[in-house]
Formats: sequence, structure tokens, C-alpha cells
Amino acid sequence: MTYRVLYFATLRDQAGRDEESIVSDAADVSAFYEELRGRHGFSMPREKLRVAVNGEFAGWDRALRDGDEVVFIPPVSGG
Amino acid sequence: MTNFHISGEAIDVSALARRLADARAGACATFEGWVRDHNEGRGVKRLDYQAYVPLAQAEGERILAEARARYAIVGALCVHRTGALAIGDLAVWVGVSAAHRGAAFDACRYIIDEVKKRVPIWKNEHYADGESGWLHPNNTPVE
Repeated sequence: MTYRVLYFATLRDQAGRDEESIVSDAADVSAFYEELRGRHGFSMPREKLRVAVNGEFAGWDRALRDGDEVVFIPPVSGG
Repeated sequence: MTNFHISGEAIDVSALARRLADARAGACATFEGWVRDHNEGRGVKRLDYQAYVPLAQAEGERILAEARARYAIVGALCVHRTGALAIGDLAVWVGVSAAHRGAAFDACRYIIDEVKKRVPIWKNEHYADGESGWLHPNNTPVE
């Protein structure tokens, strides 16, 4: 399946890109993050992140479908 | 225009204030967040904000709806900047109108506190020594 990933803040710096499409066998967001950690060497553990799928917050056990847009959300710092 | 807005351009405060005007309101409380020249003991030269815009706008609208449900207010608006900001620039603006001042102050405080905690916006500080870094919600460095 192919997933679209958008990167922000620390994850954008470590991935060296704003977004990418990835062909993956990962069935849920948790497995997908571990795959991306291996690929880009993300230092941030899962416990510090939230997840959004297709523009809405989602759980780590959220099953992924072909074409989903996934965003891993580092600790926010607006204001 | 939406009640919560992510803006890549300077915030027009007077236009926002006009939108809040309402015959039922006897009070208006506003909060302005400005870019300051220091954080955690380090000199700051400028900031960059990134936002995941669709989710930031949805979460911001949720916060404004919560404020309208929790407090006796008439209107609530919030705009947050993205992009490159200089010292003294307006980074975030919150405005609340209400019949009485208590609800206006309380709702204004609620909105800015929740925005800082929940909305997917990230601040990158560029320091006087040439380094830069992303921040946590409590303004400490990510790493």
C-alpha cells in the first residue's frame, strides 16, 4: 500500500523533507512509525507524539488504508 | 472567514475587533502574543512557525466552540501566524466579547492556554549564537 506522510518540526529536520509517499506493508500507524524511524533515524519516541490520519487525530492502533495521509505530531509549541 | 484562522501574513487586529462588535456585548478581552528577544536565558533573533493547517484550524475551531459552551460569551476569534517572524511581531491574537468582563477574561485565558497545548503549531527559535531549535509547550527545547 502507498501512504502519504507529512513531516513537521523535528521530524521534518530529521527526514530532510516536508512530505513523501511510501510503499509499505505496515498495517497500522504504530508499525508505520517504527518503519519510518528505521528509515530516517527519528530520535523521538512514540510516547511523545500524537498521530493524525486524513486530517483528524487518530489512535496508534488505527488501521491504514491505501492512500491515507499520515502525520506524526511532535509536541506542539504555538503561542 | 473562520473564527479560528492560521495566517501566513500579518494579523489585522482592527478588522478582527470590528468582527467582534455586538450590541449584546459590554466587555471585550483580547490577548496578544508577541515575539520576545529571549527564552530560557538565551538571546532570540527571530522565530519560524510551522503548522499542520487543516488540523490546526479544526482543533482551533473546537477550542473556540468549547469556550462558547463553558463561558457566557458573545463571540470569540483567534488568529495564529505561520512563517518567519521578527522580534516584536504579533504571533497570536485572541479576542472575546461578552455581556460582562468576567466571562470575557476567563474565556480569553482558556482559549490561549488550550491553543498552546493542543493546536499543531511549532515554534523554531533562532538564537543569537547562530543555533536554532524546536520547542516543547513549556518553552523548553525538544532535545
